Amino acid sequence: MKRYIILRLLYTLVVIFGVSILVFIVTHVIGNPVNTMLPLQATDAERMALTHKLGLDKPILIQLLDFLKSVIRLDFGNSWWQQIPALGIVLKRIPATLILVLLAFALAITLALPIGIIAAYKPGTFIDRFLTNSSLVGICFPPFWIALMLILLFSVRLGWFYTSGYGTLKHTILPVVTLAFVPTGHLIQIIRSSMSEQLNSQYITTARAKGVKETVILLGHALKNAATSIVTMFGFDLGRYLAGEAAAVEVVFGWPGIGMLIVDTIGKQDFPLLQAEVFTVAFVICFINLITDISYGFFDPTIRY
Amino acid sequence: MSNSSSNKLGIKFEEPKKPNSFLKIFLLHFKGNGIALVALFVLISIIFISFAAPLFAPYDPAKSDIMQRLKPPTLSPSSKGGFPHILGTDQQGRDVLSRLIYGGRVSMGVAFTVVLIAGIIGIAIGIISGYYGGWVDLFLMRLVDISSSFPGLLIALTFVMVLGPSQRNLTFALLFVGWMIHARMARSQVLTIRETVMVEACRTIGCSKPRIFIVHIFPNILSPLITTYVLEMAHMIGAEANMSFLGYGIQPPASSWGLMIGDGRQYITVAWWLVVFPGITIAISVLCLSLIGNWVKDEFDPMKLDRKH
Repeated sequence: MKRYIILRLLYTLVVIFGVSILVFIVTHVIGNPVNTMLPLQATDAERMALTHKLGLDKPILIQLLDFLKSVIRLDFGNSWWQQIPALGIVLKRIPATLILVLLAFALAITLALPIGIIAAYKPGTFIDRFLTNSSLVGICFPPFWIALMLILLFSVRLGWFYTSGYGTLKHTILPVVTLAFVPTGHLIQIIRSSMSEQLNSQYITTARAKGVKETVILLGHALKNAATSIVTMFGFDLGRYLAGEAAAVEVVFGWPGIGMLIVDTIGKQDFPLLQAEVFTVAFVICFINLITDISYGFFDPTIRY
Repeated sequence: MSNSSSNKLGIKFEEPKKPNSFLKIFLLHFKGNGIALVALFVLISIIFISFAAPLFAPYDPAKSDIMQRLKPPTLSPSSKGGFPHILGTDQQGRDVLSRLIYGGRVSMGVAFTVVLIAGIIGIAIGIISGYYGGWVDLFLMRLVDISSSFPGLLIALTFVMVLGPSQRNLTFALLFVGWMIHARMARSQVLTIRETVMVEACRTIGCSKPRIFIVHIFPNILSPLITTYVLEMAHMIGAEANMSFLGYGIQPPASSWGLMIGDGRQYITVAWWLVVFPGITIAISVLCLSLIGNWVKDEFDPMKLDRKH
């Protein structure tokens, strides 16, 4: 187990380095930051001065080495937009995203578990088809559109919640509900398919023959064995949402999370800030993946690390 | 004895009727899954209407009429006696239905281009990686792992930040994000096909590598790849809408469904129709593609033995 975790952490480092190099290549080889930072009418001398100041006149390999050194020191330089250390800006945005995403996923799993189990328990019936089809419909709408619809209905027409902002419960409910749509749909589908696979297997028939109660069969036997696939899907979605996949929803609700910061960064063309974001995001995703992998051992005792 | 025959034991049995027309064979594939047939029909209609936009759009999508701005959906003819603005008009008095039809051209076009090219690149890489194995495979798959554990949105936004927002760059960015799933899918399929007697036999009689790839391996892995194609198309429509909504995708005066929602957002309290209709159109397209993708997966799965024909 210990060896496994150490190997995984090493792998995480490789991933973070790989992704950092990828972003470096995209930003420094394909594009030129100087062109995007200066106005069009800037003189050649101004361009040269800025190029020198940013260290962009050095050979590209030296730049890459400098960049990798800064990644190791966790120092991405000052944000060009806000003139303060970039990593600090990113870290300050994490709590908002964390609250939003964790609440949304708590809501998603609370809804998806009973719905998915009912659908798997009565396969082919009207209720199964109704539940699975509506979960499919739910994930077809773009989240930012759902956000706008909820604002229109609950904030504008009914006046129950605020349209945007951050801080109180009245700000929080709509973004959480919006964000929960897609993970709920994904989870219902995976819970239904993995549960029905388990319910069709022989040990369930044996358990039924022995006279085990249906609730114990469902929750104790089938759900426990279906858990690895459910956790995989949960972890995958959770990682992506924490990593800013929900940017559009954060923008609509004016929620000061990491997704909104990413969108702002793109608008301001702030390279150090972008690199700090990429680093943070890669770290978060690797961390969630690690937790997911370790959790398999709890559900499936045959897995050894 | 035209339709029945008897074997040695003298037991009569009916020979299965063979479907005789193309249409019947086609419809047989939808047995028990009528909703997929409806989805196919709706999707083909959307694609046809989008690509033949000038034939169907009642108005010029870019022509503004300031007297007609933000008019709600109506069935009565417009002021000049033209076709009614059945989905209303936007903040510049442009007909929403026409913009939706022309926007579909862009949304569908971008998604289709991305999936087509990403599919070709991804499948080629996946087949090579799966067939050769070893270091090539290890390197390529680590690359795929690293980039696909990463949110596609962030990579696509980085590309657009560097290259500048435009339809071409958006296509390029989504391509960069989109090829990996095809590669992974093709690789996993090749790994199973590679060990079959068929490929072994080909190698023994001295088929060239490209011949084995194209003539023997590719047709055998087609159905899961088509599933991936269709489902990825749905995914890419969503991704394009997301990028355009944020303002880093399609740029005005061109339009796409996502951009229409983004533009209409600030008028949502006075003109709900600007946002509602593009969203429903996106959802219907994505839903149809998902249903068709699931149908292809179920219907053409070689492991499924209870085939009806």
